[in-house]
Amino acid sequence: MDSVYRALADIVGEDYVSEQTEELFTYSKDLGTSEPRWPEYVAAPKTADEVSRIVEMANEQKLAVVPLGGGMSLAGLALALRGGITLDLKRMDQILELNEQGRYMVVEAGVSHGKVTSYLHKNAPHLMHSEPGAPPAATIGGNLAIHGQGDLAHPYGFNSDMINGLEVVLPTGEICRMGSCALGNQWYTLRPLPDLSLFMGWSGCTGIITKVSLRLFPCKKIQEQDVFVVENENLVPEILFKLTHVGMAEDLVVVSQEIPPPFNRLHYILINLAGDSREELEFKRQLIFDQNLAKYIQEGTGGIGAAGQDIERPVVSKTSDWRKGGGFEYVGAIVPVGFYPEGFRLGVEISARHEIPYTVLGRVVGCGHSMMFSWTYAFNRADNDTVSHARQALHETDERVLEMGGTLWKPAVFGQKLVMDRMDANTREMMKKVKTLLDPNGIMNPGNWEVA
Amino acid sequence: MALAQYKYMDIIHRCFRCGYCKFPQDWADVDNCPAYARHRLESYSNGGRLWLIRAWVTGEIQWSPHLADIVYSCVACKNCEEKCPLSFSDEIINMVVAARNEMVELGLLPPPVKDYLKNVQLHGNPYGLGAKKRGDWAGDLSVEPYADQEYCYFTGSEGAYDTRAQQAARSVAQVLQSAGVSFGVLGNEETDDGNEVDLMGEDGLFELLAEKNIATFKRRGVKKIITLSPHSFNVIKNKYPQQGADVEVYHYTQILADLIGQGRLRAPRLDGACITFHDPCFLGRWNNEYKAPRKVLKAVAGARIAEMQRSGKSALCCGGGAGNYYTDLLGASPDSPARIRVRQARETGADILAVACPNCLTMLEDAVKVEGLESEMAVRDISELFALSAQ
Ligand SMILES: Cc1cc2nc3c(=O)[nH]c(=O)nc-3n(C[C@H](O)[C@H](O)[C@H](O)COP(=O)(O)OP(=O)(O)OC[C@H]3O[C@@H](n4cnc5c(N)ncnc54)[C@H](O)[C@@H]3O)c2cc1C
Ligand code: SF4
Ligand code: SF4
Repeated sequence: MDSVYRALADIVGEDYVSEQTEELFTYSKDLGTSEPRWPEYVAAPKTADEVSRIVEMANEQKLAVVPLGGGMSLAGLALALRGGITLDLKRMDQILELNEQGRYMVVEAGVSHGKVTSYLHKNAPHLMHSEPGAPPAATIGGNLAIHGQGDLAHPYGFNSDMINGLEVVLPTGEICRMGSCALGNQWYTLRPLPDLSLFMGWSGCTGIITKVSLRLFPCKKIQEQDVFVVENENLVPEILFKLTHVGMAEDLVVVSQEIPPPFNRLHYILINLAGDSREELEFKRQLIFDQNLAKYIQEGTGGIGAAGQDIERPVVSKTSDWRKGGGFEYVGAIVPVGFYPEGFRLGVEISARHEIPYTVLGRVVGCGHSMMFSWTYAFNRADNDTVSHARQALHETDERVLEMGGTLWKPAVFGQKLVMDRMDANTREMMKKVKTLLDPNGIMNPGNWEVA
Repeated sequence: MALAQYKYMDIIHRCFRCGYCKFPQDWADVDNCPAYARHRLESYSNGGRLWLIRAWVTGEIQWSPHLADIVYSCVACKNCEEKCPLSFSDEIINMVVAARNEMVELGLLPPPVKDYLKNVQLHGNPYGLGAKKRGDWAGDLSVEPYADQEYCYFTGSEGAYDTRAQQAARSVAQVLQSAGVSFGVLGNEETDDGNEVDLMGEDGLFELLAEKNIATFKRRGVKKIITLSPHSFNVIKNKYPQQGADVEVYHYTQILADLIGQGRLRAPRLDGACITFHDPCFLGRWNNEYKAPRKVLKAVAGARIAEMQRSGKSALCCGGGAGNYYTDLLGASPDSPARIRVRQARETGADILAVACPNCLTMLEDAVKVEGLESEMAVRDISELFALSAQ
């Protein structure tokens, strides 16, 4: 038994560490198209203190540490590109505090989005958090580490804009707090202290998020989804502009997909509305449909696809089974809303070339300030050709997005390199300084965001 | 080396590993798969296990004792099948069992699984106790041998041999007697029902057991069966017909619920008691029977029924399915599913944890002891509550 294994077992307990092939195999793969990368150890710590002791030990040994939440990023971001220790953080799953009046809750970072939703549903049904459309096993920490966005993206922006404080284990092992919680034990605000948000969007390369004060928002009693359909993709941006002007929707998502056939080439604008009364909802609907979208109905260019539907949450992406093959991966990009028509055509073109049914989706982030646009490529896990087609399609999309002025969201290593190549030199230099300062031994999720 | 004959090669790769299968209905946590709750490493989650099986089948990884433990740590509780949103979900447990078929075929079993199967093969029960002693559970109860009564009461191996489960077997008999139900028992002619043997992947042995029991049913003219165990109920109901059985089968709680409806059963008085009920997987998720045991419990006078947060389709399995009550691959930890389950039961404030399965009875009673909850909460088979008033 080697010394690293022994040290890990001393920290987390024998049951929660492994160096056996079966665990290493399992953690060597994620859901997407990435090639397997094997860690040398897997450990599942329970506390920030355990994480800190592991990171200290890894520093001494110059061993890589890769944090893993739900493993749902699809882009291979939690694969052990340089071996080392994969830290499965899902045992850090406690809900520590709910402050209803201050509309926040403090949670351990490995808690699943599903658990947070369920907890609020039971304990504070008038509050909600911005849940991503990911499977509910996605974690709060993992989602922040990639700048996720969820079903309150339209009014409130990225999920990483929705925090009141953080606790992080630095790459050198210190446990550090950001926000008012750094001054005492109150987790009510992240601002107005000097900005130290060096942890979100870094895919775990600058530290491990261990606690989060998560902002909560009003959860109205009635929630519904209305759908507006248009055939011409060029109309989508102006419709979204009108809808964001009204500002009544909680989530604005546009979907177009080849399967099932009646959906093909149509653009479904999903408008999530909420109200505490029927009158409130009716008022919002009137503003949206009667005053803003009636024009398209009269012209015959748009129509109401559905009204008053239940919002299925969380929504699984059944796309993974489209080819009876268990997999898909998508390129997510953050783009201007006006990008939609071009993004749609790009998706149709690349998908067709790789013989993959196309699926594109755009979610408005903020008041039309940007949009998360995704191109999803399904593959059959048992058929290597389809996997490499999907991988190729992803790479082509990455390149085209950057050519078209977009920004890649949670890119895989391939996309990260493209991004860093195009980055302003001073910015890249600053990224490098931050990384070197925080992680002098380069042990945090190495291989990702390698600025050198 | 790749396995040539694995039956589910055409679908096993379709698991996305998205993890829906770990949750109860309300998403309360990722720990509703008992094997994952115990180990908390992805290899033990359903998705991890399916990916590992596939890797073994294709030759990507080699068999190892650890792999066998992972494959046998699934207790077949069906939580995953309940929650997986993809269309192959009905086949999840079949995919695991098919891997076990291969391990049986190749003689690559974890030692306690091997013991279990050997005992059943040699003695007709997993405990390795004499087949001749199978009828001893009845003791001095005047239970009649099955002749031409309306029902045959089938105790299953736990009811016949496990000292704690024997008490439940006896109380069911007493309650049936008190309500004037016409029944008899097969005594030493009963053999293991084979539910767990089947789930452990020993097809051949399962067929032998089923054939033996079915031949006995036919010889003795059995038409209707009452089982003590939901496991026996499940296999007789769902698997025996494929082997030529033609019997009606009821779990004893269904019979009790009926007797209560007909006013034929005297309900006990338990003033001030607070009862919570643990759904057995083989009654609940496997056979969609959630109402009968609750109907029976509701008849208990003076008691309050408190549902656990996870009940019905969301119940956390006690960890005893697929032979794990014997092989104990999920034991020895505060995270053992039985220990988690009794803590969940205790959270309701219940002083009685009612069960309707001899496996749950032994698993949860042991867990109550280890958790040091003996003075606060008693584990009782539903029949035991009723046997009090039957005496
Ligand atoms: C069907 C589907 C739909 C999706 N829809 C959405 C969506 O609507 N919105 C959205 O935002 N995402 C979406 N995603 C992507 C996925 O939700 C996110 O990747 C996920 O929320 C990330 O959380 P995770 O716990 O799975 O992170 P992981 O994949 O485990 O990790 C992501 C990255 O963060 C690092 N990391 C993990 N935990 C920590 C931590 N505590 N501290 C520091 N670093 C950490 C990892 O090393 C890795 O680099 C979707 C994914 C799928 C499969
Ligand atoms: S079994 Fe179903 S729910 Fe579970 S990981 Fe696989 S696809 Fe997801
Ligand atoms: S049957 Fe139960 S133990 Fe087995 S994988 Fe499914 S949820 Fe887990």
